[in-house]
Amino acid sequence: MADARIHPQDELGGIAATLALANLDTDQIMPKQFLHGVDKEGLAQGVLWDLRFDGEGRPRPGFVLNRPEQAGTRVLIAGPNFGCGSSREHAVWGLQQYGIRTVIASSFGEIFYSNAMNNRLLAAIVPEDEVLALMREADAHAGPLRIEVDLSTSTVQSPGHRCRFTISERHRGMFLDGLDMVGATVRRQAEIDAHAQRHWADQPWLRDVARRTWERLQAQPVEQAS
Amino acid sequence: MDTPRTLYRKLVDSHTVAVLDADNVLLFCDLHLMNEYTSPQAFAGLDERGLGVRVPGQNVSTVSHVIPTHPMPHRVIQDPASALQASRLKRNCGRHGIPLFDTNDALQGIEHVIAPEHGMVRPGMVILCGDSHTTTYGALGALGFGIGTSEVEHVLATQTLVYRLAGNMRIRVDGRLPAGTTAKDLVLMIIARIGAQGARGHVVEFCGAAIDALSVEARFTLCNMAVEAGARGALIAPDATAIAYVLARAPDIAGEWRDRALAHWAGLRSDDGAVFDIEHRFDAAEVAPHVTWGTSPDQAIPVSGTVPEPTGPQAGSLERALRYTGLAPGMALEGLPIQHVFIGSCTNARIEDLRAVAEVVRGRSVAPGVRAMVVPGSGAVKAQAEAEGLARILVDAGFEWRKPGCSMCLAMNDDVLEPGQRCASTTNRNFEGRQGRGAITHLMSPAMAAAAALAGHITDVRKLQEAHHG
Repeated sequence: MADARIHPQDELGGIAATLALANLDTDQIMPKQFLHGVDKEGLAQGVLWDLRFDGEGRPRPGFVLNRPEQAGTRVLIAGPNFGCGSSREHAVWGLQQYGIRTVIASSFGEIFYSNAMNNRLLAAIVPEDEVLALMREADAHAGPLRIEVDLSTSTVQSPGHRCRFTISERHRGMFLDGLDMVGATVRRQAEIDAHAQRHWADQPWLRDVARRTWERLQAQPVEQAS
Repeated sequence: MDTPRTLYRKLVDSHTVAVLDADNVLLFCDLHLMNEYTSPQAFAGLDERGLGVRVPGQNVSTVSHVIPTHPMPHRVIQDPASALQASRLKRNCGRHGIPLFDTNDALQGIEHVIAPEHGMVRPGMVILCGDSHTTTYGALGALGFGIGTSEVEHVLATQTLVYRLAGNMRIRVDGRLPAGTTAKDLVLMIIARIGAQGARGHVVEFCGAAIDALSVEARFTLCNMAVEAGARGALIAPDATAIAYVLARAPDIAGEWRDRALAHWAGLRSDDGAVFDIEHRFDAAEVAPHVTWGTSPDQAIPVSGTVPEPTGPQAGSLERALRYTGLAPGMALEGLPIQHVFIGSCTNARIEDLRAVAEVVRGRSVAPGVRAMVVPGSGAVKAQAEAEGLARILVDAGFEWRKPGCSMCLAMNDDVLEPGQRCASTTNRNFEGRQGRGAITHLMSPAMAAAAALAGHITDVRKLQEAHHG
């Protein structure tokens, strides 16, 4: 399930950039025009497109990620509720293809958070005052700020700050061991089947509900919409 | 005696295949919906693993996001990449025996419109979809929520999801909605008050007299937009209104099944004494027609209000929103000229929404210079609106009557606004660029959007309604 290009031993820290916007939604992170693939490729280009480029497609020189010294940025320090909105996993794939390994914020959109963890993009939850301190340090720092990330101790460390981030043991294990969730669940298939049989014996109207509905609709003469 | 449980907890418990750890369970899925843009990578993942779809009969697909809505008899997706997404969905569904509402199927539509209208959504279900607005199904007492594509692959392979448990939130709405206001106004008010992450981490159970009085379609609107407050799900305990809706659309639930289903559904409510982590209470009498002014759904105010000062810790984001929408603190929303009106989306494109629009525009005309579009939520909604004469009223008033799809809600097809265009929209997100780069979205109810179309600017629909009835 996880992107094979992200390896458990990969360094999660590095050059950091600040995105001090609340509720930065996944439409911003990966706009609609980049959602037309049937694979996961080519998404680095679309990351934060409208923030990075103007209406003619020219880089906005003032935007943090366009500054030459920010080349190779691996960490984003972001505002609260980062990744809210659409479920599009393309936002996570694109950030990773762009080179981002860690996003630090006080909160994340829920679907984005699961998508990030499932792909081993670290969504590091840090108290808002710590986020603001990191942002202030980045703004005051001569040259790009470097942030180191230590998964084993759940800490992020800049030259001036050290703080803990919140992560579940399950998610930490997914990063460190490269757990394949689909593979792990497939091995529980007997349990799933037993549950399904009990569930359908109890509520038979739920079994094959999509297929049975579809067959009923196919059997009905449908008034053709004009 | 058993510990009192919330409805949310009951639904999780009844679908828990295994407890994985303190925070995660393996959750069984009753219905999995797919669209053409969040599923192809999941099917490809299955292929790489050499796995099939575990329970095809619990899955259903529709072409919804990239489909054109021009009123042509036979729809052709012109953009090659989008066409490939649709053909790939057809191939994947065909190979795996999954029902598909294809591009030119008479019943094609938005996933969250077609699933309930044909009786696939039943109380007590767990429903998943690679689309954030899957919270819609809480209206019928089903736990629905959006998932990512990696999770779509997991569901296809196992019919389960590794699920992080959510907290319990209850939002009680007492009283009754005033005339001229709708579930859309209610949910915009709630989101504005609790914020875009006010329900983050929680499944919200809505209750109270105002909720009881809502139609099922209005409840869809409410639960649909709960995700805009960050909710991981929304629920309304199924009552007689919900059950009548389901039974009218699910003819298989008859005889013995019906008796058993009714007995089962009677237990789908939070126990007395069940503990909620957070509770909110609102008075429906305070609801006015709401309109968003900014670029987040929580930036909504009553139509008679003025744009607020950007203050507080998020002042920078609020200032950015004002720059994007071209507004300034103290400006009135009423009277703000609009160039476009969009009636559609999984939030507000059902038959009751179209009736509300027709009621406002009957015998009137869209203002000069305004382009107004109606995109029904599904083929069935479209056919019904035509049979009821609503389509004729809308067309006579100057609206475009189009074919079903997600359309300009997220502008993934060719229904895209130009930079600087201002749109009165019945959709769910006013994000920057959502309806087109540089385009400005004002979220509102169908009746309010209809009124804006007639006036050519944002206006209080209640004034028009008074003129109608006065």
